[in-house]
Amino acid sequence: MPRRWLNPTAIAAGVLLLAVLVMAVVAPIVWSEKADAVDTDQILQGSSAEHWAGTDSLGRDIFARVLVATGLSVSLALAATAIGISVGIVLGTAPMLFGTSPAGVRAGRLVTAFVNILVAFPGLLLALFFAVVFGVGATGALLAIGFASAPSFARLVHTLVAGIAERDYIAAARIAGVGRVRLLVRHVLPNIAEPLVVNATMAAGGALLSFAGLSFLGLGVQIPSYDWGRMLGEGLGGIYVHPSAALAPGIAVIVAGLAFNLFGEALARAVGLRNPSARPHRTPVAPAVSTSDGAAVLAVEGLRVSYGAVTPVRGISFAVGRGESVGVVGESGSGKSLTALAVARLIEEPGHVSADRLEFQGEDLRQPKRAHRKLLGTSLAMVFQDPMTSLNPTQRIGRQLAEVAEQHQGLNRRSAWARAVDRLRAVRVPDPARRAKQLPHEFSGGMRQRAMIGMGLMGTPALVIADEPTTALDVTTQKSVLELLRELREREAVALLLISHDVTVVRQVCDRVLVMYAGRIVEELPAASLTTAARHPYTRALVAAVPDMDTPRDRPLATIAGRPADPAALPEGCAFAPRCPLADERCAREDPPMVAGVACWKAGAVIAPDLQKRSEAAS
Amino acid sequence: MADGAWRRFALRRTGRLLVSLWVLVTASFLMIHLVPGDPVRAALGMTASADLVAARRQSLGLNDPLWLQYWHYLRDLFTGNLGDSMVSGLPVADVIGDRLPATASLAGLAFLAAVALAVPTGVGMAILTRGGRRRWAETTYVSGSVVLATVPDFLLGVGLVAVFGVQLAWAPVAGRGGTATYVLPVLSLALGLAAVLGRIVRVEMVSVLDADYIRTARAKRLKARTIYLRHALPNALTATITVAGLMLGALVAGTVLVENVFAWPGLGYAIVQSILSKDYPVVQGIVLVYGIGVLLINLVVDVALALLDPRSTIRES
Repeated sequence: MPRRWLNPTAIAAGVLLLAVLVMAVVAPIVWSEKADAVDTDQILQGSSAEHWAGTDSLGRDIFARVLVATGLSVSLALAATAIGISVGIVLGTAPMLFGTSPAGVRAGRLVTAFVNILVAFPGLLLALFFAVVFGVGATGALLAIGFASAPSFARLVHTLVAGIAERDYIAAARIAGVGRVRLLVRHVLPNIAEPLVVNATMAAGGALLSFAGLSFLGLGVQIPSYDWGRMLGEGLGGIYVHPSAALAPGIAVIVAGLAFNLFGEALARAVGLRNPSARPHRTPVAPAVSTSDGAAVLAVEGLRVSYGAVTPVRGISFAVGRGESVGVVGESGSGKSLTALAVARLIEEPGHVSADRLEFQGEDLRQPKRAHRKLLGTSLAMVFQDPMTSLNPTQRIGRQLAEVAEQHQGLNRRSAWARAVDRLRAVRVPDPARRAKQLPHEFSGGMRQRAMIGMGLMGTPALVIADEPTTALDVTTQKSVLELLRELREREAVALLLISHDVTVVRQVCDRVLVMYAGRIVEELPAASLTTAARHPYTRALVAAVPDMDTPRDRPLATIAGRPADPAALPEGCAFAPRCPLADERCAREDPPMVAGVACWKAGAVIAPDLQKRSEAAS
Repeated sequence: MADGAWRRFALRRTGRLLVSLWVLVTASFLMIHLVPGDPVRAALGMTASADLVAARRQSLGLNDPLWLQYWHYLRDLFTGNLGDSMVSGLPVADVIGDRLPATASLAGLAFLAAVALAVPTGVGMAILTRGGRRRWAETTYVSGSVVLATVPDFLLGVGLVAVFGVQLAWAPVAGRGGTATYVLPVLSLALGLAAVLGRIVRVEMVSVLDADYIRTARAKRLKARTIYLRHALPNALTATITVAGLMLGALVAGTVLVENVFAWPGLGYAIVQSILSKDYPVVQGIVLVYGIGVLLINLVVDVALALLDPRSTIRES
């Protein structure tokens, strides 16, 4: 804990607060005489070498008076905070102290409700009320500010106590027959002390400012005593002739208030702080070679996505033909989703995308152009993984669809809405006219995903990029959403790029499959031959990890040994080598290039049963 | 949103308002009885004759049993009768009617100014500094607004008076008259609030801009303006309105001090004078007005939240 304190703000705030506290003790002893020395020859002087902040109407040194006033100002603020905390603890723990008898519970609720009502009123208003009740003067103001801050402390204590009341050690103490007061003092209060102290520190700053306010109004400290607020009030009248008389105490209030507040905030940060970890470096390797199709909707060559020194997508090349359905499979962290985002030009800073070729509908997307907005807005549809969070929670579904047509197709509000309803009907949202008026939280997950797909159909998409579109859905909904995607493809001749970690899904929906591992495409093959003709050991492992009807029930499910590669710390040679049952020295040394649809030195080699077993045992 | 949820929300909210009002009215009634000593003696001074004090007590009804006084107080409130000032003899309702416009216009303008400053700066800073970009701009903005927010509004007022009133003589520093007299009081109330709000707007915007639905909006290739203002801002405003509402209550209270800095002829100036001269009926009346103002603000905030984010009403129930 002490180490986390060592940041400049915390140290500065601590030093400042210490200085204020020391001054509060020392100044009244050292400078009192000077502060009270009346000098009728020096009335209302401006600042000079002798009187830094000038003199007041009795010729007393204002700077000395400001220093001396630290004592009264700070001690009143601390005393008021102490009153506030004490009353706050009593009120906040009342529900607990009253116990669990019906009458006790009712009394506890009453106190809580009362506190909740009081909290709604600003502190200053409460302070004014109590100032009237307790009478004008330092004591009255002290009680007023103390009581005024009590409700918010009570609320805080109540929340904190409620937070730990169900903990095991409290329950254990209760069962052991510890009395309520003892339970509170010995078990509850020590466990909420930390946040309480943090809040008290900041509240002391607030009390200091409040006191300055009340004294300034003439309701607090009275002549002949003086605190900063009193001096401020006296100085304001003569601000035209003598501004420093008002400014000097004002600055003192601000400095002391800041000291308490900043220190409180530093405390708060120290209590709940985490350190961001550093990222290791890695130099990327040369891009793999792949084929591309001339009549492609999408053609990608040498695509790379990097975040600083880390490159999660390391030069991949592929193409999606017109109306074709291409799947991208791989474990999480293989770069699938980043590839999808990069192709759609949705990677934001600090991410960086580069490519030798990135063409959509024959248009080079590498240099952003105005015209791309309309092209991508109407011809490229995106479906994201989590339909719960991918729709704007504060906009009606219909609106979220309609705005696409308004911005890209120049439709007016009414016809855009009509098209939105029509598109919702096209994706089989029942009763679309009524549903369009609803907000996303009124839709089920599957319905939201349909709405997402409908959103992509507002234009005339040539390609739908679906990033794990069914992962967040339950099995039956999954099936119907996949059904919908397949149907759209047939009806509208749309190409589909389906990103998924689920080999089964990809096999059902896609014509061709790209297998990604550690930011590279390691194998490319027809979906139909995924189970029969996979040559890369990683692809085979992925396929083997999916149980089917023939999988023996008595054996554990196959898994892929080891952990997915960390893009920040890739091995020298083939990224899969550390997990590969076939890997030899060459695999560990040299990264295999893409040859005839597979990037593996051992492509197609038979995995001996004993090796297979060893890899399973290793997991 | 379902009608049932709205009805439950309205019922619950009205109930809370009524209970709070009752607490407020009762506290205001009890104020005069909680004052140490005889409030009439305190108001009239030590030199007043015992007969005068007794007569005044009689006319204020202070000799009646407490429950009867309470009943009279409530009955008078419903007819708009807040009693008469013990100092000037004027009806308290008239004093408040005189002063309320000055305070309400000051608080209202300050709030508008704060929002007008906070939303554009917060949104702008969020767009500039999201995703850890431009750390220096973020640090400058955050520490600047922390300092500005820590300075209490009346001290800011004193500073503004010293600089713009005294040194530069750009703006009048006391009283209420033309537009120019509003500048400094409004600024002293608005700047601190704007600093706090601007910071919240920035933080909320930064986190909203990271949300999946913003990615969706970007995938739709909407105009940047549409993404920021129509998709991000409404979602960032929920927290902002909550805090703004809480701070608006504090702003109302803040007018008390600022009015006294600028000799502003509003309720705040009046209540302090009345407390000092122990003119309790006026104090009671003004406390009621402030309290009701705060309760109404809280109500408006809750309704605005419910409209902006209908889920909040469901969550609460």
